[in-house]
Formats: sequence, structure tokens, C-alpha cells
Amino acid sequence: MTPLQTCLLVSALLFAIGFAGAVTRRHAILVLIGIELMLNAANLNFIAFWRFGPHPEALTGIMFVLFSMALAGAEAAVGLALVIAIYRHKKTSNLDEVKDLKG
Amino acid sequence: MSSFFIITGVVTLLGAAFAMSLRNLVHCALAMAIAFSGVAALYLQLAAQFVGFAEILVYVGAIAILIVFAILLTRSGEAPEQSVLTSGWLAGIAVSALVFTVLGWAVLNSSAIPRQTSPAPVVTVKNIGDALMTKFVLPLEIIGLVLTIALIGAVLIALKEGSQSKADDEGLKMKKPSSSPSIPGSQFSTGGRP
Repeated sequence: MTPLQTCLLVSALLFAIGFAGAVTRRHAILVLIGIELMLNAANLNFIAFWRFGPHPEALTGIMFVLFSMALAGAEAAVGLALVIAIYRHKKTSNLDEVKDLKG
Repeated sequence: MSSFFIITGVVTLLGAAFAMSLRNLVHCALAMAIAFSGVAALYLQLAAQFVGFAEILVYVGAIAILIVFAILLTRSGEAPEQSVLTSGWLAGIAVSALVFTVLGWAVLNSSAIPRQTSPAPVVTVKNIGDALMTKFVLPLEIIGLVLTIALIGAVLIALKEGSQSKADDEGLKMKKPSSSPSIPGSQFSTGGRP
């Protein structure tokens, strides 16, 4: 197994753990944590392909990860603000109880 | 790949697994910080030092604190009595296991993955700054705009209420002192009657 494959397997497992948490946990904040873990797995993939790719001097992987980190920060801020707003309205952050849009 | 890389990867994955499986939310946030530190260590070993330190600053420094504050504000610090899993958790676990199986199979059997490993590239902060200011200057500006909009939007969403109800609150506060003298008075009268 090459080093690149090790990196990709670690990142695939990180993605699967984050996905399982985001899908199965009830609390809204934990869903956000799962999404952050999935984003980190994608960033790890970018860095691994940049490091072991043919043209590391182009810096594309690093740039992509820096921008995606900034977007993750914005996403976390807006997501947690939404969780707080929902808690203020519904007095709960349990996602099973927030189902006003359910048909 | 060195054994240190394997150890770091195992620590990262254990932190992520604990972050997704513990009952107490504060413990989950701590395990998440451990997982992010592990990812930062992985970046350092992949010759991306700047990204590694940015990861520690952004995730361990900012996002973990933000999540702890959200736990505080939603008063969910203690573990709940009922189940922490959704009703369809078994299907969720099955789908994520399927996702990992497909990804792992693709990684292990792909022919697009280069077999030989190149030497580690040397990237200084000066290189990154040059690239950010020349080739990637437009994405940088757009990210600045996105962050500004997200900041304003997050503050607007998490504000107490709209300005209308705030005015109502002010009105209630103004009314309360004028109506409060009547309440002790009525209590007095009802208390004095028997």
C-alpha cells in the first residue's frame, strides 16, 4: 500500500465516521460536528493528492484547503446561529422534534 | 509510510469516533478538538505546515470554542435521559458503512493512483503569500466577501428578536413600573379582607 493510499483510507474512514454521526445523532450541534469532520476528510484528500501528485509546486491543493477552511468557518458560524435561533423558538435542539415542514 | 503517521491517523479516527458516539456534548466537543489536532498533525507530516497551523488556529481555536458556546447557550451540557440516536439510526450506520466500503474499494483498486512517491515539496509562507496575491487574488477577495456576509448573517440570525418585538419589550418594561404599584396594592386589599 502506497502512502497516498494510506492517506486516502484514513480520510475515507474519517468521512464515514462523520457521515454516520451526522445521520444518526439527534442533537443539532452533533450534526454540525459531523459535517465538520466530513469537510476535514475532504481537505485531507486535497493535501494528500497535492503532496503525492505530479506538480506540488503549483500549490493548488494548499490553496483549495485554505479556501475550504474559510468556508467551513463561515458555515460553522451560520449553522450554530441557526441552532441557537431554533432553540430560542422551540426550546429544543433535538432534531426529531423540529419537524414543522414534514408533510 | 512511517509508523508515526499510522499512530496519528489512529488517534484522529479514535477522536472522531468518540466525538460521534459519546453521550455528553461537552465530551463530544473535546473529542472533536482531539480529532482536529490529529488532522493538523497529519498535515504537518504531509509537508503542508502552513495548512497544519491554520487548521489548529481555525478548528481547534475557533470552531471548537464556538461549538462549546453553542452548547452553553442551548443548555445541553448534560447527557439526555432518552436515546441520543434518531429513529432510523440503523439505516444511517448501514449507509455510512456502504460509503466507506465503496471508497476503500476504489482507493485500493484504482489505477489512477501513482505508484512512486515524489520527494516532499518545499513550500514556504512566502510562496503561499505570492500565490495568494497574484494567481489566487480573485478567490481571496471572494472569500473575504463570503466571510463578511456570513458574519453579518450569523449575527442577524442569532439576534434576540426582530426590532418590532424588541420595541414591544421596551414598551412592557416601560409599562411595568407604572403597573407594579397596583399589584402590591391589590395584594394588600385581598390580604386585608379576611
